[in-house]
Amino acid sequence: MNTGLAFDLLLAAALLWSAWRALATPDIFRAVILFIVFGLLMTLAWARLDAPDIALAEAAIGAGLTGALLLDAIGVLRGRRQEKP
Amino acid sequence: MTTGLVFAVAGAILFSMGVAGVILLAHLLRRILAFNLMGSGAFLVLVGLAQRAGIADPVPQAMVLTGIVVAVAATALALALARRLHALTGAYTLPEARDD
Amino acid sequence: MKAVVLAAAAFAALLVAVMLDLPAAAVDLPAAVAANLSHSGVAHPVTAVLLNFRGYDTLLEIGVLLLALLVVLAVSPHAEEPAGAARVSVEPVLQAIARIAVPLMLLAAVYLLWAGAHRPGGAFQAGAVLAAAAVLLHLAGLLPGWHAPKLLLRAGLAGGFLVFLAAAAALLARGALLAYPPAAAGALILVIESALTVSLGLTLAGLFLFLSRDEA
Repeated sequence: MNTGLAFDLLLAAALLWSAWRALATPDIFRAVILFIVFGLLMTLAWARLDAPDIALAEAAIGAGLTGALLLDAIGVLRGRRQEKP
Repeated sequence: MTTGLVFAVAGAILFSMGVAGVILLAHLLRRILAFNLMGSGAFLVLVGLAQRAGIADPVPQAMVLTGIVVAVAATALALALARRLHALTGAYTLPEARDD
Repeated sequence: MKAVVLAAAAFAALLVAVMLDLPAAAVDLPAAVAANLSHSGVAHPVTAVLLNFRGYDTLLEIGVLLLALLVVLAVSPHAEEPAGAARVSVEPVLQAIARIAVPLMLLAAVYLLWAGAHRPGGAFQAGAVLAAAAVLLHLAGLLPGWHAPKLLLRAGLAGGFLVFLAAAAALLARGALLAYPPAAAGALILVIESALTVSLGLTLAGLFLFLSRDEA
């Protein structure tokens, strides 16, 4: 097991853990934040898979824009929480 | 066990987690989140399996690039519908889910 | 509920078991792409696949994106210009950061568009950076939310798809669909990508800005 494989396994484990926490946490705001974290971990995964184009697009669109859309939907971007968990 | 295979396996697990989430969760925003997880899992499977021999393959990478953009379009569409429902009924759950 | 979780776990296990035991691929796609890269007009394989070899998929994708935006416009409530225009709280630090960052983001977007021919980059990344700049401006209070789009915005939103469609139609008249002549392929791809970048940036920004209207 070389360093690259160890890093891949660690990254995959972090991906699965953050996805699980995003689905299971009772607070919707934390869920969206964890989803953004998941998106950034996906960016690292794409970089490991020799796919820099996808990494750029995932960071900007997958984590950034989708995260912003979800945060706007739960109301935090307007300074007040619209939705209870 | 190459990089591609590791992430393909992770993608398969992510996909099934997303499916379970879409079916089980009642809150619409959480369902949309789970749907996005499904999409990301599918993309990982697509690229990971193609690159299981370790060679970078541009065709599935281009497909996934397309897929990410389509996924954000679908997410925005789903959010528009969910927000309309919220504006009309005040909650982010479907009426039939609220009855039981 | 347990049944669904068990079924999902079983599905995942089955999929993983199959994945670990796959035979080698029958078609060697990387070699095929590399062999035809010199005729494609660009030097980066992913851009070549996206804009030339599988250009049809990209054309349809832009169409899908435009459709999604149309439905978002149709479903969102038709708010008139709100009386209190500053929907988002005005923060001086955020505005200062936005004023510094947005020109740099525009520069980065143009660079990404240009670099897509030789290295990772291209229309999608550039369009995403443009959309992010627009969202940043909106969140800093410098760009008001979008309501019913007027003619210029509509032209920008539809322009990328129309340019790509026009190129496809012109090439169809000459022969096969989206078969670029190798001599003009580079220039044609750049023109299409530029139109796509503007359109993509506006559409992605529109997905956020048309949606971000306050429901009463």
